[in-house]
Amino acid sequence: MISASLRSWLLSDTPDSRFQARAGRFYLGWLTFAKNPLAMLGLIILVLLVVMAVFASWISPHDPLFGNLEDRLLPPSGKFWLGTDENGRDIFSRIVFGARTTLYIIGLVAVTAAPIGLLIGTTAGYVGGWVETGLMRLTDAFLAFPKLILALAFAAALGAGLENAVLAIALTAWPPYARIARAETLTVRGSDYLAAARMTGAGGWRILFGHIMPMCIPSLIVRVSLDMAGIILIAAGLGFLGLGVAPPQPEWGSMVSEGRSQILEQWWVCTYPGIAICIVSLGFNLIGDGLRDVLDPRGK
Amino acid sequence: MIEIENLTVVFGDSDNRVTAVDGVSLKVAAGESFGLVGESGSGKSTILRAVAGLADSTGSIVINGQKQGRKRDRNFYSQVQMVFQDPFGSLHPKHTIDRILTEPLVVHDVPDREAKVRAVLDQVQLGPSFRFRYPHQLSGGQRQRIAIARALILRPKIILLDEPTSALDVSIQAEVLNLLDDIRNELGVTYLMVSHDLGVVAHMCRRFAVMRQGKVVEVADSRHLGTGTLEHAYSRQLLVASKGYDRAVIDAFADL
Repeated sequence: MISASLRSWLLSDTPDSRFQARAGRFYLGWLTFAKNPLAMLGLIILVLLVVMAVFASWISPHDPLFGNLEDRLLPPSGKFWLGTDENGRDIFSRIVFGARTTLYIIGLVAVTAAPIGLLIGTTAGYVGGWVETGLMRLTDAFLAFPKLILALAFAAALGAGLENAVLAIALTAWPPYARIARAETLTVRGSDYLAAARMTGAGGWRILFGHIMPMCIPSLIVRVSLDMAGIILIAAGLGFLGLGVAPPQPEWGSMVSEGRSQILEQWWVCTYPGIAICIVSLGFNLIGDGLRDVLDPRGK
Repeated sequence: MIEIENLTVVFGDSDNRVTAVDGVSLKVAAGESFGLVGESGSGKSTILRAVAGLADSTGSIVINGQKQGRKRDRNFYSQVQMVFQDPFGSLHPKHTIDRILTEPLVVHDVPDREAKVRAVLDQVQLGPSFRFRYPHQLSGGQRQRIAIARALILRPKIILLDEPTSALDVSIQAEVLNLLDDIRNELGVTYLMVSHDLGVVAHMCRRFAVMRQGKVVEVADSRHLGTGTLEHAYSRQLLVASKGYDRAVIDAFADL
């Protein structure tokens, strides 16, 4: 799979460049990750999801937005693999296109909520004093509400729509990350290597970004990947309640919602999107567990 | 070079105060190697941290003719550097040796970093092959050499040494001490060195201060260690203790 010379280059004890050192470290992590079959299963699910989203137009056999009303509520068959919904749209095609929405939501939440939480948590932990008190009470205030209820309130206040749903979820997702980042910061705050960094004359921002954040990021990555499943479920929940994606666009949560009136007679309408949500959530959980083995030093 | 006047460091709040350093005054001349010895908790490391600006203190600290305030400026750190006791805790676990050594140069905007990193690795007798390793790939002695290299790279005039060898094997201790000695002879830096080991101090320092409960009980010449002519009873006791465990001697110790 990987050539012997590349392998020895990666695993060298005496790397010749910054790039080789970093690549070697990454490769060692990958080896640990690859040893875990469940984590690899999670990775395969994620890769399939990405492939589905990228090549949606090629993969889906029918138009996801407009169906033929003569074909409404057909059971799974050779023509419609997973059946059709009440507007005669092919459910398989809608699930394939729905992968784009799902990836868009989790991607956007991950790149907004995690850095916000990281910055707030490390700043609070490193600076201390009234800055810490202020930031952490704000975090507590957000944590005091159940996540879904708060996201619902934000989504309702901001109005329906994909961007607003993402914003609502991101606003509710950052507080646990801030807590983790602060806790990690407190454990390294008194360390000699930070004292050594201060002895170089480095300023607060350099220490925060260059020395403290690298120590917090591993546990944060693990937590974010484990939270992905929850984020997909909240996004699906918002879609189910009509606060997510605007109607003709396919979204797994709203697809489940549309099928609920025929759940007994035409079970396939809400079952297949539900299975898709379930598989992807499971995939992210498996990846998160695998990443914990790689990144979290305490697990070893 | 270093003039400390009436230095006091207090930890804790009003209910729970510990006076770690209690009115200490010291003078260290340029190019000198000055030792601080004493038992655990005698405040010797705290003096170093106060001089380095890592602990709040009252009293006056004058470095190279400049009185230091609560906040040290960048210029201070190009003159004063520190080597910590534990080489396993003083190097950032996620930074390569290259990054650890380059960082001070970046902060102080020093040009020609590539050559300087190579030169300093050479100076601490580690080859260029160590440059892109991570600290966990190094032994304790090698790590302490990196810590010394980091302290050297800005060409400081003063290096504060906080028990630089006590976390190392005896065989490695001698190597590191000889390295530190060579560096001082070569570059003429001033050392302020903390140790609980009188043997190390005798090897490295001409003068040393004996500390106890935050106070200096005696400033002595290390040549007196050989003849055993120390003035203070506590210093003599410390000298006897450094020669190894002897039941009869320990029983004869007075709680001074």
